[in-house]
Amino acid sequence: MRLLTDGPRTFAQHNAERGFVPWQRFSSRAALVDEVLASGLRGRGGGGFPTGLKLRAVTWRGPVVVANGCEGEPDSHKDHVLLSRSPHLVLDGMLVACHAIGAAEAVLCVHAGSPLLAGLIRALAERGPDANRIRIVEVPRRYVASEESALVNFLSGGDARPTTTPPRPTERGVDGRPTLVDNVETLAHLAIVARVGAEAFRAGETALVTTTGVHEVPVTTRLADLVTGPVLAGGYGGVWLSASRTGELTVAAAPGVAVFRSPQGCGLRDTAGILAYLAAESARQCGPCMFGLPAIAGDFAELAAEVPGHALERLRRRLPVVTGRGACAHPDGAVRMAASALDVFAAEVVAHTTGAGCTDAIRRTA
Amino acid sequence: MSALRVDPIACRAHGLCAELLPEAIDLDEWGYPVLRGGELPAGLLADARRAATACPALALRITTGR
Repeated sequence: MRLLTDGPRTFAQHNAERGFVPWQRFSSRAALVDEVLASGLRGRGGGGFPTGLKLRAVTWRGPVVVANGCEGEPDSHKDHVLLSRSPHLVLDGMLVACHAIGAAEAVLCVHAGSPLLAGLIRALAERGPDANRIRIVEVPRRYVASEESALVNFLSGGDARPTTTPPRPTERGVDGRPTLVDNVETLAHLAIVARVGAEAFRAGETALVTTTGVHEVPVTTRLADLVTGPVLAGGYGGVWLSASRTGELTVAAAPGVAVFRSPQGCGLRDTAGILAYLAAESARQCGPCMFGLPAIAGDFAELAAEVPGHALERLRRRLPVVTGRGACAHPDGAVRMAASALDVFAAEVVAHTTGAGCTDAIRRTA
Repeated sequence: MSALRVDPIACRAHGLCAELLPEAIDLDEWGYPVLRGGELPAGLLADARRAATACPALALRITTGR
């Protein structure tokens, strides 16, 4: 069963096409969690954590389900496409998750002012009282606002900024209650697992990927069949992969969010632009991120613009210093991405620092 | 089995910790603590407690595992 249909469906059409969620098969919550574990489903928000284990981790009373549909990743559009084309599958998945952990409350998060809102409100209104437990919340349009702990903090009445973990949301989340935060695509897959069972799910598992557009492909698809040349995989906090690596990796094994960006012009310039964005998107709570990222972005901008000096040496010194020293993984992702650019575009780095000059055509580093 | 931990949101780069516990804490170029990591030797525990108490932001923690 696929995630995307060729066009919008009413709730009645959705059920006629896909069948109802077989609730009677999962009268026991443990049976449902076992099915999800057996399906091998993993989170699609970038963590790649087994969804079944996450469901099992929520044990306390009064739990909450949070569906993360914010898609803070600028290059990613898969959640947008999913929520506009298959909203009922996501809502089904939220109810399946509620059943699995015994939650009476679920929240669907999208960015403030999102064009998706009208359609989602309409989809919710189409459903019967089973959907009364679901509400839609608009989250500030910031890169870090949809990070798990920031989302939980915002839903508890605080700032949409990351907090220190532990405790994990599954232990203490929204208003101190155990909270399951899952990406909307993960929840849509959950609705499919509940319908077709673990075995059939494994046999036909797909993923939504964003390249130049959004596509639904089998998770066994090689990246080289989706993109050519070096590519930034996993969004702005992901890693640059050389062309040879994309031949080895499948979508299932790709790091982070399923976004694949080909460099626009010089890979170093492209990276410098992304770093400038990430530095500006720091929540400005932790020193190593607040000061480290702008410094690293500045060094990278000098390297990209072939400014004579010691930018490369500073980068080599600064990149390892930041990792693991923020409350969230925002700085870690940024420096990992920057370091991978120095590797993948090594030939370009040499051209930029030796006076040979930018070639502005990405040389593939074998 | 003790280790140091910094609350990165609370930390304000006063730098007292590195002053009081140079054996385990360096400062980065912006004045924020970099922990050498690993287990805290028993001989440093008293100094570590002093550093944690002295931190104006109370951002230095000593975790006792297992």
